[in-house]
Amino acid sequence: MNSGVKACITVLALSLPVCVQAASGDELTDIRRQMETLQKQYEARLKELEARLDQAEALAHQNQKELSGVKTAPPVAAATTSPEPAAAGTPAAGNAFNPALSVILQGSVNSYSENPDNYALPGFQLGEEGGLASEGLTLDETEVTASANVDPLFYGQTTLSLADQSNGGTEISIEEAFVDPTMLPAGLDGRFGRFYSDIGYLNRFHSHAWDFHDAPLVYSAFLNKQYGDDGVRLAWVAPTDTYLMIGGETFAGNNFPAGSSNRVFGDVQSLFVKLGGDVGASNAWLAGVSGLRVNAHNRQTDVAGGGSDTFNGDSNLLIGDFVWKWAPNGNATQRNFKFQSEYFYRDESGDMGVDEGGNSGLMDYNGNQWGWYAQGVYQFMPRWRAGLRYDRLSADNNLKVTSLGGFQDNRAVIDASGLDNNGHHPQRYTAMLDWSPSEFSRLRLQYDRDESLVNWIDNEWSLQYIMSLGTHGAHEF
Amino acid sequence: MTQYLLSVLFVLLLLPLNAAADLRVFSCEPEWGALVTELAGDHARVFTATTAQQDPHYIQARPSLIARMRRADLVVCTGAELEIGWLPVLMARGGNPGVKPGTDGYFEAAAFVPMLEVPQRLDRAEGDVHPNGNPHIQLDPRNIARIAPALSERLAKIDPENAADYRKRLEDFSQRWQSALQRWDTEAASLKGMPIVVHHKSWAYLNQWLGLKEIGTLEPKPGVPPSSSHLAELLETLKATPAKAVIRAPYQDPRASEWLSKQVPGLVMIEMPFTVGGNAQATDLFGLFDSSIALLKGAQP
Repeated sequence: MNSGVKACITVLALSLPVCVQAASGDELTDIRRQMETLQKQYEARLKELEARLDQAEALAHQNQKELSGVKTAPPVAAATTSPEPAAAGTPAAGNAFNPALSVILQGSVNSYSENPDNYALPGFQLGEEGGLASEGLTLDETEVTASANVDPLFYGQTTLSLADQSNGGTEISIEEAFVDPTMLPAGLDGRFGRFYSDIGYLNRFHSHAWDFHDAPLVYSAFLNKQYGDDGVRLAWVAPTDTYLMIGGETFAGNNFPAGSSNRVFGDVQSLFVKLGGDVGASNAWLAGVSGLRVNAHNRQTDVAGGGSDTFNGDSNLLIGDFVWKWAPNGNATQRNFKFQSEYFYRDESGDMGVDEGGNSGLMDYNGNQWGWYAQGVYQFMPRWRAGLRYDRLSADNNLKVTSLGGFQDNRAVIDASGLDNNGHHPQRYTAMLDWSPSEFSRLRLQYDRDESLVNWIDNEWSLQYIMSLGTHGAHEF
Repeated sequence: MTQYLLSVLFVLLLLPLNAAADLRVFSCEPEWGALVTELAGDHARVFTATTAQQDPHYIQARPSLIARMRRADLVVCTGAELEIGWLPVLMARGGNPGVKPGTDGYFEAAAFVPMLEVPQRLDRAEGDVHPNGNPHIQLDPRNIARIAPALSERLAKIDPENAADYRKRLEDFSQRWQSALQRWDTEAASLKGMPIVVHHKSWAYLNQWLGLKEIGTLEPKPGVPPSSSHLAELLETLKATPAKAVIRAPYQDPRASEWLSKQVPGLVMIEMPFTVGGNAQATDLFGLFDSSIALLKGAQP
């Protein structure tokens, strides 16, 4: 405030001689008169500003005496919403309340020893995000996030994602667009709009915060990489020294593993409990159990090889997750280690329509699928981290063909559905090394030995960059 | 069964009410925890989120911190974006509207002191720059004297029952602090103009108070780890303008300052306490400055 007024006066004072110089070529008397009036106006304004400055200074003094500085000073919330203090000094500008902006630039170069078009996870139906990243040089996903307090009651945030479409266009999708009520009392936490579900551990993180380039197989297979939808969340943090959080969500059910929503309160409900704490100064942990109850209506999925499946029925998912972090004396800047593991179990039952080459068969489908991954990431010196991960999936699907619909025999329907794993359990070994020159940039080299299909050992290499512009990111646990 | 669960829930909800006899204070850094203890004594139960062994820039929003935030009556932090990576997450997840910025439950120490090193140019190419200025304000004891009355007033405001006691404690603390300030000024008189090398730009306030002369930093840019090329440059600088000591905080990697002190004869390596709990002597705010001055004087011939 003070410095702003001072700056205004300086600008005015400086502009005075400039006006004189610019004018000194024309009719002198006329100009002299004009100048005199101008000068008078400026003097009047200067006096007014000086008076205001005195007033402001007096006010500041008074404030300091009263020592209620937090009301006037911009504390953390203001700092997070507006990274440029310059905006605060120009009250006339309309952008002083601009939301905090951040842009994430991501790209990679990927190589596969097998043909990525044939990729599948036998025993599982994959959504469109469940496959491999594009081969060669590619811009992964550009994310733009804006956030700010809306008013005393609400906080809003949106993340728009820009990505190439297979047909050559660019797709803008709303990854998240949600509102949090900020004044809920007693440990309550709410959210509504479109957002990533809080089930599991990794699901709520945007992909640029992941420790590996690709999602764990369980996320690709069970949640189409990540589950987010339009819905409402309510959670409660218990008033205990050990962290205990209980929450639930209801979602419309327009995204995999749901189909297209047809109920007012949505087709998808979740429930989760999280528990966490410290062990000494060097260790911290978080464990959770989550359930996702899905009523799928016309869930369409593509099958590698040209077919597609349509599912109607129930899909219930249970997730157990565990994260352990270590850093000597809790100082993660030099060395630290993070262990993370999640287990998924899903039970699906309903009708499965199988379409391929003009034929459309029908099956009674009763599927049990499970899988897990475990990973460790070690920062062995500042900026450098190395990580290992193991993934495994299993399926035991009960398939009964009820209508051939043009297919030759039962076997043909089952094969076209991609739901019979023929006893094969997809698995994958991953190693990565990344280098982060600062909190805002990261380069990562990753190798996957992917044994997803029978007789398929894919050696996958990727080199990836993640750059973050703008607002300082959050150090989420 | 449901009834049983409900009664458990009910008891859980009542628990914080019974335990609310004291003020629960969540302190982001140890120095503010120590100051609250000086000013509130037994009235406050202080939880300190970080230790002197941790870099306050790089703290994660751990579950245990969210749980503590949930029940805090007062949050005392440095501010000036020092905690920008983690405090907003704790605020968002803690479900405690009573301590959000702008409320009486949130106290930001940096709001009461003149800030040093406010950057003219905001560009991340310059490393970790803090738009509001250098946030390591605790290392000038005159800043503590500026913050203490404001913090005391705040304690009285959220706990009016004990307001008289807070005032008395402030008076007592201020007296002890003023006499300590005089003592430190005499003790540290010889340190004026002492040339030093620092690890990270976290000593601006100490330098200003004691009149130390910062010759260079081990980090090429704030937050960027020391590189061999930069250290070689620094070595050249030190040949022209020699320094007496190279100082660092307990959480900073000692290797760079060890290397430098070996290369330069007479350059003493000092691990400063940096905050309360930073060494065995720095058990409280008085010990922090006693120890800091003693260590620096030890580097003088």
